[in-house]
Amino acid sequence: MPQNEYVERHQKLYGRRLDYEERKRKKEAREPHKRAQVAKSLRGIKAKIFNKERRNEKIQMKKKIKAHEEKKIKKTTEKVSEGAVPVYLLDRDVQSRAKVLSNMIKQKRKEKAGKWDVPIPKVRAQADAEVLKVVKSGKTRRKAWKRMVTKVTFVGEGFTRKPPKFERFIRPMALRFKKAHVTHPELKATFCLPIIGVKKNPSSAMFTSLGVITKGTVIEVNISELGLVTQAGKVVWGKYAQVTNNPENDGCINAVLLV
Amino acid sequence: METESKRLLCCFKSENGEVAGDMMDLPIDCSLQQLTLICNALLQQEEPVPFLFYVSDTEITNTLEKALDVTSLNTEGVVDIIYQQQAVFKVRPVTRCTSSIPGHAEAVISVSFSPDGKHLASGSGDTTVRFWDIATQTPMFTCEGHKNWVLCIAWSPDSSKLASACKDGKINIWDPFTGKQLGKTLTGHKQWITSLSWEPYHKNTECRCLASSSKDGDVRIWDTILGNTILCITGHTKSVTMVKWGGNGLIYSASQDRTVKVWRAKDGILCRTLEGHAHWVNTLALSTDYILRIGAFDPVKDSNKDTLMPDKKKSQDFALKRYYEVTEAHGERLVSGSDDFTLFLWSPEKDKKPLARLTGHQQLVNDVKFSPDGRILASASFDKSIKLWEAKTGKFICTLRGHVQAVYMVSFSADSRLMVSGSADSTLKLWNIQAKKLEVDLPGHGDEVYAVDWSTDGLKVASGGKDKVLRLWQN
Repeated sequence: MPQNEYVERHQKLYGRRLDYEERKRKKEAREPHKRAQVAKSLRGIKAKIFNKERRNEKIQMKKKIKAHEEKKIKKTTEKVSEGAVPVYLLDRDVQSRAKVLSNMIKQKRKEKAGKWDVPIPKVRAQADAEVLKVVKSGKTRRKAWKRMVTKVTFVGEGFTRKPPKFERFIRPMALRFKKAHVTHPELKATFCLPIIGVKKNPSSAMFTSLGVITKGTVIEVNISELGLVTQAGKVVWGKYAQVTNNPENDGCINAVLLV
Repeated sequence: METESKRLLCCFKSENGEVAGDMMDLPIDCSLQQLTLICNALLQQEEPVPFLFYVSDTEITNTLEKALDVTSLNTEGVVDIIYQQQAVFKVRPVTRCTSSIPGHAEAVISVSFSPDGKHLASGSGDTTVRFWDIATQTPMFTCEGHKNWVLCIAWSPDSSKLASACKDGKINIWDPFTGKQLGKTLTGHKQWITSLSWEPYHKNTECRCLASSSKDGDVRIWDTILGNTILCITGHTKSVTMVKWGGNGLIYSASQDRTVKVWRAKDGILCRTLEGHAHWVNTLALSTDYILRIGAFDPVKDSNKDTLMPDKKKSQDFALKRYYEVTEAHGERLVSGSDDFTLFLWSPEKDKKPLARLTGHQQLVNDVKFSPDGRILASASFDKSIKLWEAKTGKFICTLRGHVQAVYMVSFSADSRLMVSGSADSTLKLWNIQAKKLEVDLPGHGDEVYAVDWSTDGLKVASGGKDKVLRLWQN
């Protein structure tokens, strides 16, 4: 093993040999010929590997050349984007509603059916087995009536655990959350807001009552700090938001406010 | 005492509290017509003028007796009858679509009649500004010059120029008679322009200066002839949503940083900051908007004759006189509508405290307008309703419901008796302000209506929207 960078040191001290550049140029010039020789003589799997590598190399080269050429050309005028909106709608997140008018009746019917118009309409159902871990008890570990929640939960303030004998569901302290990062879709701003409660977990009503928060769960958050005002001029307190991430994986709750 | 001979001591007062004539003994069953006759005689009007009468804030609709609470009335005291003069002329409600003119290749974003009511211009997402011939209801000129959506247009108060601004932050000036560009393009704004406002006619008859507000947080004042910036007013920390050039040499600007700022137009010095809103301020309206818009014209008087006097000095005096008539009572009033669902009424010349906070809307307020006579405020909101407010006090009058989607814009007729509103539900609706009712529903547009304007002479309404056609509505 060489100790220290003695080659570089030597170069720094004494410089390169005088014909270094010349030799380098010649070597580089000979390179394609050499490569061609090799390509010609290779057979079998080695040829296959070589050709594949060479092909990739060429693709990369062409891409690079193209990128450089693009840089040289001055940008032509950009096309005017479609879907013009007036000034007062420019800063707002207006979904394009070309079909809205014709779809109105359908939508009304949907709303009547009580379906939430939420950012994530389809949520993967969480099986009971996935959310609840069986905790065995008894002297011979044969009683299995106790469950531990393995997902993030919200536990209301002032909650005290029941005595172990009566506690069927354990909600671990480490998975209890009090705050969520809520994004206001129109303001495009995110706030860390306290959770008030779990409105609906689409997987099951039991999860809702347990306060289990998974992706797609609708939670109620305290938005008083946003300063929204109601008709009567009072500050709006609670509003619903839908969870957009998998909190059990990420260690935080991200949600979108339902406006 | 017999009921026929029941009489009351009455006293006529104007809105500002000026007493007209002496106290008089009026029979209690005195009708509206009789009151009008008396009032006309008292004020020595040359022609009979219609009035509205109020007794302690209740309107007299039939007879004096009906409006009074006879049981609790003190017959010894003097009853004050407040009279409000109404416009002599009457604008007839528009009822039908006389033409839908295609031409724009993209959504029509802004529509505006010229102050003299003889030209019509529209700006669109296809980057053109188009002038339309009102008489024949056909396209006149197509002005290409912008490179992006034309977001706002504004007529100079002498009707000789049209300014248009695009999403690239450039402003062009157009000649409505030839359709050619005047001067050079005004560049300077770094982001799109949100509104334009010309200098009032009574300040400068040349119509040279123009204020523009932009998303980049600046307000710029331009010399449209030299084509350069006179002043760049900075101070807002977020996008400026609206700029208004007041009649007293003040510039008002509303911003998404939750403030309304008042600047001196001469040197761009900040006079005061009006704070109170909890969210973006979307829109501003001045009680003098209509007067400032029509400049020295009198479009309702005679729509055939050119009412702009050739003598500049005289016409300026005329405009100034009319401005003083409107503002003598309360000065210039400002109202601002916001994303926090409320409106604030300000008296920006004197005070930085709001006069009133108008709450009631359930969604953001998108547009607010004063009626031309300055008595009523109308606010259009995304909660599908329009609310009317008393402009003097900010008192809630009523809610106009009828639209089934967000209301984008409202526009008053010149006589303040009618109002038209454009909405996302693709209809226009015509409202009767006195009856506070829907007068006519005007369907016809294929998609959302973005802009609506009532011509200053009251004859036509123009509207444009997402369906790319411009529609003219007439009686």
